[in-house]
Parts: sequence; structure tokens; C-alpha cells
Amino acid sequence: MKETPRKEDVEYWRWQEYHRVFSEKKWKNKDIITAGVDVGSVGSKATIMIDGEVYSWGVMRTGSNSPDSAKKVLSWAMEGTGLRLDDLKYIVGTGYGRVNVPMANKAITEIACHAKGANYIWGPSVRTVLDVGGQDIKAIHCDETGRVTSFLMNDKCAAGTGRGMEVFADLLKIPIEKIGEVSLQVDEEPPPVSCTCVAFAKSEAMGLLRKGWSKEKVLAAYTQAMAIRMGNLINRVGLEREFVITGGQSKNIGIVTRIEKALGVKCLPMPNWQENGLDPMIAGAIGAALFAKALYEKAQKS
Amino acid sequence: MAIITHYGYTDGSGEYYIVIDAEKCIGCAKCIVQCPQSTLELVDMLIDLEDKTVAAVTEQQRKNIKYACSPCKPESGKAPCVLACAEKAIWCVWNPR
Repeated sequence: MKETPRKEDVEYWRWQEYHRVFSEKKWKNKDIITAGVDVGSVGSKATIMIDGEVYSWGVMRTGSNSPDSAKKVLSWAMEGTGLRLDDLKYIVGTGYGRVNVPMANKAITEIACHAKGANYIWGPSVRTVLDVGGQDIKAIHCDETGRVTSFLMNDKCAAGTGRGMEVFADLLKIPIEKIGEVSLQVDEEPPPVSCTCVAFAKSEAMGLLRKGWSKEKVLAAYTQAMAIRMGNLINRVGLEREFVITGGQSKNIGIVTRIEKALGVKCLPMPNWQENGLDPMIAGAIGAALFAKALYEKAQKS
Repeated sequence: MAIITHYGYTDGSGEYYIVIDAEKCIGCAKCIVQCPQSTLELVDMLIDLEDKTVAAVTEQQRKNIKYACSPCKPESGKAPCVLACAEKAIWCVWNPR
């Protein structure tokens, strides 16, 4: 007998994994081929670069074992390229699990890598980077070379992070990729929830649903509370245009729209990553691969 | 150019941050010795492709600053870590709400 999954068994939080090769580019043995592996708390990202240009990348969910996730995501980024691990001249590990990237030549903090990666994706005009990760939020101010000048990390809790959004996707039974759109489907913006703590917000959301609030309204109230919180972090490091958002939540239109409103600035437009561009989720991995190139060249000179 | 790291939190009580400028810090560890709560340590930070040894809040204490720093908070301008630093590389921000 064939079983169809019950509606309750659908995993609404489960987001799509991606992989891309810029096959119009070709690699040769003399090229400086480097890799950046960014093992986050929720997603693992890897980027392969040829002479400092993105060649391929992969994004997948982080498993319970960081070294394993690092290996898997790197092989995924290399899939279909003909590259072998030996061809990679230098590998930099970054992110929450950066010390657990076994093949890395060096580990660098994700702050430095995100600023560098944002500088690559959007260009030298970028000054403020908000990285909304799976379990923390980082507000970064950088100069025209992508060098960090000031930063602040909130890693106290999952409030306002990708993980918090996953919890809400499950609670409200809305697929994670739709959550931003749905949060905007309200006639007027409800007051933000009083507490962004994921554990408490969940019970507060249940209370609002019982009071007769629609899913959209509850989601709007939660998203708004998150956006206000992120806005405060950015103001602390000093908001300066141009402003960009990286990490998984850069794809959450509900968050992006509300942060823009809270700060009174527009983000630089998102690259068309599904068609031909660079996913803002791989900014950290791009930065890591760029550092890998610079460190490799430095080692060759000395 | 400065490389400023903020460690701390913002919540209902206000905002509190220990701020360290890795450009000014010389890694002398005087702040670390003076801290009554073992909140600080030396770490390597990559600056312009060179590893530099600088002071930082320990991984364990980062989520715990609200409690770890509370004994020094009322006079955060005169916190032992701040007073110990000859380079003026470490300071505190405390804005009660």
C-alpha cells in the first residue's frame, strides 16, 4: 500500500539546497584555484574560485557533524567541475564551525569573510553589511576594500535569526521560502510582538492565533519585531550607505522590507542569484576563498 | 583604520557593550590580568593578511556578558579592564534605558 504523507508531516522549515557551476569558465592547472568553506549553524556553504573569480558554489544544510558537513559541501561545490581536492591550492574555513573544517589550511572569522564577500558581490561602495544567519546576527561596517572597521555580533539567542523563522514556518504551516511574502499580506502593520525570544514568541504567537489573528498578521508582527531588533544592531556599528543584507534571511522579503523601513534606507538590489548570479548566502564562503587566494600568493612570495 | 569589535547585548534594561579596537590593541594582556571575572583572553586576528594577537571576550563569556560584567557595570567608565589599558584600546558603553 502506498502511503501519502499526512499534511502535518510536511516539513515547512526545510529550505532548498543549491549548487551552481559557471561552466562558461574553464580551469587550467596553472590557475590559482582556491576554496572557501563556511560552516554555519544551519547552512554550510562552499565556493571555488579561479584566480579570484567565482567558478562554482554549493549551499546545503549543516548536519550534526561539522567536519562531515564541510567535506560534503565542498565536494558538492566541486561536482561536475572535474576538480579534485588536490587541485585546490589553498582552502580557508570560516563560520560557526570553522575550527571543524578538516581540509582547511587556515580558519578566519566569518566577520572578515562576510565583509570581503559583500565587497565582491556588490562592489566597493558597500559600507554596512547585515548578516542574518541561522543562529546569530552580525552587523558589520567596512571600508571600500571590504576590510572590517566595526562589528557587532548578537549570538545571545536565536531571536530574529533563520532558525527563529524555521520555527515559525513550522508553527504556522507555511513553507519557509514563502514566509516573507505571507508576512506582507496584511492590510495594515500590526504592533510588533513584545518578545523576539523564539521560545516565548512561539507561545505569544499561539495566544494571538487563539485571539483570532490571521497567520499573516501574526507573522507580520513577529517579522516586524525582528526587523526593529536588527535595525538597533546596525545603528550601534554605524549605518552608512551602501547597505546590504547577506545570509539566508536576505531572501526573506518580509524582513528586508521592514528593515529598510526601520532604517530609512534601501538595500542594494539583490543579485539575480537564481538565474546567473551569486547567492547572498555564500558571501562568507566567497570572502574565505578570496582570503585563500591572498594567503596563497603571500606564501608563494616568501 | 580602526577594527572595532562590540561584545555585549541590548535588552529591556538598556545597552551594554565592551568595545575593543584591534588596531590599537598591542596584546599586552594587562586588561586580562585585571578582569575579576576572567572575561577576556588573547586571540589571533587576521589583519591585512597577518595574524595579530589581540584581546577579546572569551567564547564562553560572550553570551554571558550581562552577568559576567555586572560587578563593574555601575561605573563602567572606570572598569578595571578600561583603566588597565594604556593604549585606550578597550572601553565600555552602558546606556541604561
